[in-house]
Amino acid sequence: MLFFSFFKTLIDHEVTVELKNDIQLRGTLKSVDQYLNIKLDDISVVEELKYPHLSSVKNVFIRGSVVRYVHLPAGSVDTQLLEDATRREAAAQQSKAK
Amino acid sequence: MENLSIADNAPPPQGGQPPMGPGGPAQPPPQLPPQMFTTAAQLLDLTDKKLMLSLRDGRKLIGILRSWDQFANLALQSTTERIFAPQPDAPADQPRGYFADVPHGLFLVRGENVLLLGEIDLDKDDDPPPGYERGELAMVKKLAEERKTLDKAREKRRLKKLTSIGFEGENLGDIV
Repeated sequence: MLFFSFFKTLIDHEVTVELKNDIQLRGTLKSVDQYLNIKLDDISVVEELKYPHLSSVKNVFIRGSVVRYVHLPAGSVDTQLLEDATRREAAAQQSKAK
Repeated sequence: MENLSIADNAPPPQGGQPPMGPGGPAQPPPQLPPQMFTTAAQLLDLTDKKLMLSLRDGRKLIGILRSWDQFANLALQSTTERIFAPQPDAPADQPRGYFADVPHGLFLVRGENVLLLGEIDLDKDDDPPPGYERGELAMVKKLAEERKTLDKAREKRRLKKLTSIGFEGENLGDIV
């Protein structure tokens, strides 16, 4: 659930989502759910001419399982906080396993 | 919304806060409500809109979203399938590719087959994609089929080469 929460902190930031079929979509992150399905607003497509079906599309819902990478703006990621949260989550999982 | 914390549990709402009115201090909520972050909430906004669906087998469907469920199974009204036949080797004065529509009607799409769905900007809907021209269905179908065979063969060669040096394709079986 950590990355679900993490993506929620990136709402309204500009991100680039790269899909497994190599399409790259840049847009404002509007929503994310537990499967890491992603909703982007005001999208622009990298190499737009290669993907004519997206030319009149303004916002997209992307199934989480087809995402390869999400490129994030470095400035909006608090790495320290994320590391701490990861360790906390790992510790919680470990104590739960016992 | 900049005040979102990485913790899942939102602080309890404060009782004494005055209701937000016009002119009042616009206090951003400490955390957006969790029900905003569900598949259902994301699809709710897209209901009754004209959508472009990209399916796992490479098909592109255009239709109006009328209903859906928690698995993102979708019911589409007045669905058409749009076939694209790109012509990357065409000379500069020729169109970059052709497209054609096949009318289908009511479609129920199983959620797992959906890669991506996008709301169509109705202002741009009437313009063909840049460089593309509407072609006759039979012709476009034939061109698209030829292209698909070509791409498939190339992909197969690529995968074979990758496998020979120890890599495994990540979307085997899918044309995406």
